Amino acid sequence: MENLLEIKNLHATIDGKEILKGINLTVKAGEVHAIMGPNGSGKSTLSNVLVGHPAYTVTEGEVIYKGKDLLALSPEDRSHEGLFLSFQYPVEIAGVSITNFMRAAVNAQRAYKGLEPMSATDFLKLMREKRALVNLDSKLANRSVNEGFSGGEKKRNEIFQMAMLEPTLSILDETDSGLDIDALRIVAEGVNKLKREDTSTLVITHYQRLLDYIKPDIVHVLYNGRIVKTAGPELALELEERGYDWIKKDN
Amino acid sequence: MGKKSNNIFKKIANKAYEFGFITNIKTDIIESGLNEEVIRLISKKKNEPEWLLEFRLQAYRYWLTQKMPTWPHLNIPPIDYQAISYYADPLKKKEKKNNEIDPELMKTFEKLGIPLEERLALSGTAVDAVMDSVSVKTTFKEELKEKGIIFCSMSEAVQEYPDLVRKYLGSVVNYRDNFFAALNSAVFSDGSFVYIPKGVRCPMELSTYFRINAANTGQFERTLIVADDNSYVSYLEGCTAPMRDENQLHAAIVEIIVCDNAEVKYSTVQNWYPGDAEGKGGVYNFVTKRGDCRGRNSKLSWTQVETGSAITWKYPSCVLRGDNSQGEFYSVALTNNYQQADTGTKMIHLGKNCSSTIISKGISAGHSQNSYRGLVRVSKNADGARNYSQCDSLLLGSKCGAHTFPYMDIHNNSAVIEHEATTSKISEDQLFYCNQRGIGTEEAIGLIVNGYAKEVLNKLPMEFAIEAQKLLSVSLEGAVG
Repeated sequence: MENLLEIKNLHATIDGKEILKGINLTVKAGEVHAIMGPNGSGKSTLSNVLVGHPAYTVTEGEVIYKGKDLLALSPEDRSHEGLFLSFQYPVEIAGVSITNFMRAAVNAQRAYKGLEPMSATDFLKLMREKRALVNLDSKLANRSVNEGFSGGEKKRNEIFQMAMLEPTLSILDETDSGLDIDALRIVAEGVNKLKREDTSTLVITHYQRLLDYIKPDIVHVLYNGRIVKTAGPELALELEERGYDWIKKDN
Repeated sequence: MGKKSNNIFKKIANKAYEFGFITNIKTDIIESGLNEEVIRLISKKKNEPEWLLEFRLQAYRYWLTQKMPTWPHLNIPPIDYQAISYYADPLKKKEKKNNEIDPELMKTFEKLGIPLEERLALSGTAVDAVMDSVSVKTTFKEELKEKGIIFCSMSEAVQEYPDLVRKYLGSVVNYRDNFFAALNSAVFSDGSFVYIPKGVRCPMELSTYFRINAANTGQFERTLIVADDNSYVSYLEGCTAPMRDENQLHAAIVEIIVCDNAEVKYSTVQNWYPGDAEGKGGVYNFVTKRGDCRGRNSKLSWTQVETGSAITWKYPSCVLRGDNSQGEFYSVALTNNYQQADTGTKMIHLGKNCSSTIISKGISAGHSQNSYRGLVRVSKNADGARNYSQCDSLLLGSKCGAHTFPYMDIHNNSAVIEHEATTSKISEDQLFYCNQRGIGTEEAIGLIVNGYAKEVLNKLPMEFAIEAQKLLSVSLEGAVG
């Protein structure tokens, strides 16, 4: 299988403080990777650095995505190239309906690919299809982006946007946080429906429970800015049972 | 904001003003300066009756005793009123045959998106096109006349309907009202005159498009709208000017009279040249707009989208005189670079059970200063007054200012007054969220600002709303920092 993402010796800082201290990680096309670890280990930093959040500075290392230097691309172009982040804390944008927001997003992606903007009819049809896929209420789609949404609605909206943009590599950053078990199942089912043979997923999570629904091929443990352990899905179960203390002791 | 987004903002700040071109046309401009002779000359050029000349002279004499207001939160450089020409006529009268309009003028308005040939017109909109001091053409005049509706330039109204003009002119905004009202009353030139007879619902949108073209001139238009009992009209106003290094003065008066059960909707998209990114040039927009809801159950609604002008001083107001009358003010005022705006409204409750609504959305960017100033007054006899005011400010960047000056003057205990105000900023997190979805920063700002202003934009007639949306995005580009 082809390498979709290669992270080599990645170091990154925020406000001058080093958070990532040499990450190495390879994701092949079609794989699902879980990145687990205790709070403060650098999980969210890794996802933010990959999508190009301006608050973080890469000080060393490289990231190759689809054979390209990912770090040289703007955040928009990373998105256009099929990189998607389901945010841990999706922001609210008052007054901007999800419909208008997604139309801008879809058409920006099309423009990048040299395609004409989608007609209003086609776009609304696409919205309907994708909404059904993730059980997003039509009322929600007419509301402002994330404004007044419950935790579950916000996460469902993230997965809906993922469905609309059809990414090649999706990063789910603590998608399970703040979800009850029913919401978790709906969101996870949505993710699974969207999974294709050639698309990959990076699931970032503190707990095992999301992995009951989204089955990883490989599980990594991130601790203190480095990946300290990599194994099969059984590692997630072991962590669930034993916690992270033994990892901390060993490192 | 991060450095990167800052750069993007700076880059687009210098975006060109789309309507900044100059029309090369022979224009009859009177010598600059202001004195009684000039006023007599203007009045003579317009072939005005004696009473109107007297009206002008009285206003002028009063103006001489007045000083420019200093209370606005504006930094207005001294204006040399003797350096301005008060009358510029681009119609080459002598060469004009059979009312033919100079093709250059037709072209100018076409370029502005205002075709003057009726067959090309926006559907359902009649236009009065005013360049400098003169109305170039009014479309659909005849069709409207069949319904008894008068829609023509002010100069024409003075000739054709002197009694109506004399009855209403200055009856809402007295020449003694303020410094600029006195100036306008002395030297006013064209604007539109609208009369909707009893029981008539105007079948099309009426609009006036104001264009300043000539250099070193001011525009002093005067608009008068009378909606008789049980009538309805929706009126639109748009304005642009060329890019010039010197400042140009625009001091207008709009008077509206709303009779029993009548309704007037007045919408403005103000896009006078705002000056360049360093604050050089631009129009001084000092305007007095007021409506008198004289009738019972009358209704007046102001909607304004203000993106242009170097300095704006403007408070479209409602005098709620008739019982059960309603006043509304919906405003988006956007300032960028070095623009300054001090704008808002006055809702004067005189009748019983009147209600007023104020929704003001300020957007400040660059080094601009943006103030909302509003007065809600409830007089002693105005039982059952209701007012709801909402004043929101959106700041883009850290070098601009947003200010709110609400005044309440309540003399009746039955009044119910609500006031809400918010100040917000576009956050880096919001922009990054858009970026992650593939939306560039520039477009993201446009999207967020239009979302913020949606409540007001929704009040505009369709065609205007789309224009206004585009205008907001363009005017803002280069704004956050």
